[in-house]
Amino acid sequence: MENSLQSKHKNTKIRKKTIKALTYTALGIWALIVLFPFYWMILTSIKSYGSYNAESTPAFVPTDPTFDNYITAFTSVPLLDYFINTLIFTLATTALMLVVTVLAAFAFARINFKGKNIAFTIFLSLMMIPSELVVITNFVTITNMDMRNTFMGLILPSVTSVFYIYLLKENFASIPDELYYAAKVDGTSDIKYLLKVMVPMCKPTIITVTILKIIECWNSYVWPRLITDDEAYYLVSNGIQAIREGGFGRENIPAMMAAVTVISIPLIILFLVFRKKIMEGVARGGTKG
Amino acid sequence: MEKNNLKGWLYLLPAALFLGVFMIYPLIDVFVYSFEEGYNSASQTFFGVGLYNYSYVLHDPYFLQALKNTFILVIITVPLSTLIALGISVGLASIEKLRHLFQTIFFLPYVTNTLAVGLVFMILFAKTEYTDGLVNIILGIFGMEPIDFIEGSYAAKMFVLCFYTVWIVLPFKILILTSALASVKQDYYNAAMIDGTPRWRVFLKITLPMISPMLFYLVITGFIGAFKAYSDAVAIFGTELNVAEMNTIVGYIYDMLYGDGGGYPSYASAAAIILFVIVLTITSINLLVSKKHVHY
Repeated sequence: MENSLQSKHKNTKIRKKTIKALTYTALGIWALIVLFPFYWMILTSIKSYGSYNAESTPAFVPTDPTFDNYITAFTSVPLLDYFINTLIFTLATTALMLVVTVLAAFAFARINFKGKNIAFTIFLSLMMIPSELVVITNFVTITNMDMRNTFMGLILPSVTSVFYIYLLKENFASIPDELYYAAKVDGTSDIKYLLKVMVPMCKPTIITVTILKIIECWNSYVWPRLITDDEAYYLVSNGIQAIREGGFGRENIPAMMAAVTVISIPLIILFLVFRKKIMEGVARGGTKG
Repeated sequence: MEKNNLKGWLYLLPAALFLGVFMIYPLIDVFVYSFEEGYNSASQTFFGVGLYNYSYVLHDPYFLQALKNTFILVIITVPLSTLIALGISVGLASIEKLRHLFQTIFFLPYVTNTLAVGLVFMILFAKTEYTDGLVNIILGIFGMEPIDFIEGSYAAKMFVLCFYTVWIVLPFKILILTSALASVKQDYYNAAMIDGTPRWRVFLKITLPMISPMLFYLVITGFIGAFKAYSDAVAIFGTELNVAEMNTIVGYIYDMLYGDGGGYPSYASAAAIILFVIVLTITSINLLVSKKHVHY
């Protein structure tokens, strides 16, 4: 009796261990599938052009690592320019978005004015509008305003995100009214109250929104592609397409991979530094997929 | 009070201006465009009003190809990615060691540039004169003939596109499901444990109903996202998607607007509205089904 109980106990233990081992294996396999393209990208980028093309079965470890491809990436295509353009675009768009969003969220959360409820309802319903519907007219508008191939044309239609206004409004509204009235009694102006009290108190949300917008800007492809055909205004995504369609010559894959690595690294660093904030933020409101 | 009215709108003004010019006006305009027949973008004139643009788009073989591709992509990737994400999230919830590391790794595709990594995928799958490509070499170990994934048969190309799409959309789904699983109250599991309920039953009767709202949210956003697929296809097959037979509805809209076959905002508008109607219909069906099956 005791023996059979013991063996039963042993069996469940073994079963539990097997399940655990299988779980780790499955997770490990997916982790490998996720990481492998990054590994391959970096690996290929440090192989020399000659050795890459000589390997009909690619080597998994570089025999003779070289950084020449990175030099090629920066010298034979204007990779640095793409980079600077993307940086300008990202910073300007994010900064403008922050100003617009904070002001609008403050109006919705703290000020009583006529038409507020209707305005807020309209704002909310705009969240459901897919960008594909509006991009056509925006393209025509920007073209007619002669803003193709300008930063203005790139930035202006990318500024507003209704969702971030909503997110920030909710956060602003959670700050107790008493603080606002106390500040009023002290004679603090609204704008001062907003900047000195509300913004610091809602810093976590503001940082989340900022990072999500930076990721969005850094990876944006469709709008920049429509609005720029002058290489001088290409962002990195368009740069990659240009590189692919002829930058190094189609065959120089190691140089391509060097360029791709350089483009991917800033966001990966941003992610590793702000991992928690980004994942929280996306869980609260990011969409992709 | 009067002063507050002015002040409120003043704070709102920048947002209202941006949204008015770049969202509300375009939204009205896209319908106008779609009914203007023979619109000329150079002279900005048109000769009539009617449904010709819709009829043109619906008879355009490129659009039909794009429609077919998009539907195949949606039908394959949405259920598949949701199921895989569910499996991975359940796996993640059951372990303690290395959990954070796995979570971090799994989230990585979310923050990468779709076009950049797409290029890496293209190279992994591509068969060139120099090499069969890594994927084919691995398939060769299992005795399979090399397949041209990038410029070969339709099924092979669709496979790569679906694979890449799943790779790209999983991080978001895993993240949402992981937090949904974490929010299921431990009490339920404890009660089930006392009753000696088997694991699979606990999963079917407790876990699944508890996370069903989030699962459903993922299915809906998954459908919407997959219907709007575009840059993933560009990343792998380049911008000439019609030639590659891999265009999507959104790709068709942009091709009509700009590029070699572009300059037709009316056709683009009609296609965009057709897409919008499709997405709206599918989402409504989803919501109706969810009312029956989701436990809130």
